[in-house]
Amino acid sequence: MLDQIIDTGKKSTRDGFGAGLHELGKKNPNVVALCADLVGSLKMQPFIDEFPDRFFQVGIAEANMMGIAAGLATGGKIPFTGTFANFSTGRVYDQIRQSIAYSHKNVKICASHAGVTLGEDGATHQILEDVGMMRMLPGFTVINPCDYNQTKAATIAIADHHGPVYLRFGRPSWPNFTPADQKFEIGKALTLAEGTDVSVFATGHMVWKAVEAARELAKEGISVELINIHTIKPFDEEAVLKSVRKTGCAVTAEEHQMNGGLGDSVAQLLGRKLPVPMDYVAVNDSFGESGKPVDLMKKYGLDTSDIVEKVRNVIKRK
Amino acid sequence: MADIQKLKKIASQVRRDIVRMVHACQSGHPGGSLGCTEFIIALYFEIMKHDKSFNMDGKGEDMFFLSNGHISPVWYSVLARSGYFDVAELATFRQIDSRLQGHPATHEGLPGIRVASGSLGQGMSVAIGVALSKKLNGDDKTVYVLTGDGELQEGQVWEAAMFAPHHKVDNLIVTVDYNRQQIDGPTSKVMSLGDLPAKWESFGWDVMVLEKGNDMEAVINGLKEAKSRLGKGKPVVILMKTEMGFGVDYMVGTHKWHGKAPNDELLAKALEQLEETLGDY
Repeated sequence: MLDQIIDTGKKSTRDGFGAGLHELGKKNPNVVALCADLVGSLKMQPFIDEFPDRFFQVGIAEANMMGIAAGLATGGKIPFTGTFANFSTGRVYDQIRQSIAYSHKNVKICASHAGVTLGEDGATHQILEDVGMMRMLPGFTVINPCDYNQTKAATIAIADHHGPVYLRFGRPSWPNFTPADQKFEIGKALTLAEGTDVSVFATGHMVWKAVEAARELAKEGISVELINIHTIKPFDEEAVLKSVRKTGCAVTAEEHQMNGGLGDSVAQLLGRKLPVPMDYVAVNDSFGESGKPVDLMKKYGLDTSDIVEKVRNVIKRK
Repeated sequence: MADIQKLKKIASQVRRDIVRMVHACQSGHPGGSLGCTEFIIALYFEIMKHDKSFNMDGKGEDMFFLSNGHISPVWYSVLARSGYFDVAELATFRQIDSRLQGHPATHEGLPGIRVASGSLGQGMSVAIGVALSKKLNGDDKTVYVLTGDGELQEGQVWEAAMFAPHHKVDNLIVTVDYNRQQIDGPTSKVMSLGDLPAKWESFGWDVMVLEKGNDMEAVINGLKEAKSRLGKGKPVVILMKTEMGFGVDYMVGTHKWHGKAPNDELLAKALEQLEETLGDY
């Protein structure tokens, strides 16, 4: 199965969002969009060009944007907000908590430039805590797709789900490898490769890193079961348990703090139901910094080699 | 023509409800509730076209949002007295398993509430979103939102204040409960609000100052006037001067009853001043 995973050319996940939003605009007249002065970065222009009356520029005022989105949802619209992940979560956490989550509004918070792959802008913008914050909110759906195709499909799919959603994606050009026609099912993990020695659960950009790691490990005779957890909440517990029952150990991979993200979701589940050796590939209680994405991923322990090493070690602990 | 005498009788009963609710659970916010009684009654019993069977999206209805959610007692009482739910339920205010949460919430499904509020500064943004949805839906009804004056210290309010004129949200009436008090004391001491009419005007709003926010006739006329100014490219704000604690002599005009419940003796003293007109819950 690993051989069949092919990079069809690099594209950014934010471009996938822009394309998905545009397509959604044509499909669903209730979809409206808001942006806080980052139309270009979020790739929202095609939607705006075709549906100018369904787009609201709010300026650099993210708190207001979240409230307006809650109001539009109250009036029966399906608002998609667009700004960087940092300004989509930490900056407006209380607005999301009260006006959207607690009030159960059908708002889709679409967050670009998550993680260290944002690059040169540095730690002020490289949020690594967002998944943790959002998955703590009762009733929130949290999605972190892995490539252009999956981000596009997820953008379209979340309009049909009634309830608040956090959709996380990123800035860099990245391998596009999931099938263009693959249906996006919220909460359903996708097995990319079946294996027997270790389960690797990856999300977002790290799924491609995990593909690379699995290929390297295969050369050593290590059989990796690779699962793409694109939806962190609701969490596909059954898929994780089923895989770990077979492999007996697990490594998680995410572009996020070790605290609060995918790794913690897996650890909580395994701790309660199936204790086995596991380890995290994640940022270890640190802020990022300026630099090229590829260098930052190396420095902050998010590279292919980090997954390879964690897998070797976790297998030894079995 | 509004039957002012009838509305005043409702106000007396609503004020009884407020002090009884707050007394029963020994918590809650009587001061601002008493100060906004005329306003909320005017909206629900005279100004707004609304449906007590309650639809969340409020299509074809005027809609009200309470941004300063801590004055929930007055809203709950008026909602109950206008038929959204049984007045007996007012007895559950702030108790466990109640739909009448300390601050308004949709979570328990209380009819009449469309968004949670309590953490301040958010209601205007929500009301703007609703007003935009009405425009998209071709719905010509009006969106109302009440905010506290101390609440204007929240930055989000001014983000919203900038947005509404820019996007010509002219189906929106914001009312500021201009009682000049907040928890820690007079707003002039805690954090001056400055020249409020000038601030709102400079943001591009059509500004009205309502001097007698506790005079039922003045409030109704003010709201009618505000409504007549809609549809002209600008949102309308009413700076409504009220007295915190109005109707109960020992609570009037002081921040001390912002979030404090009367004891048995003071409850009795308050009730002596408020005629029971519609029957206590």
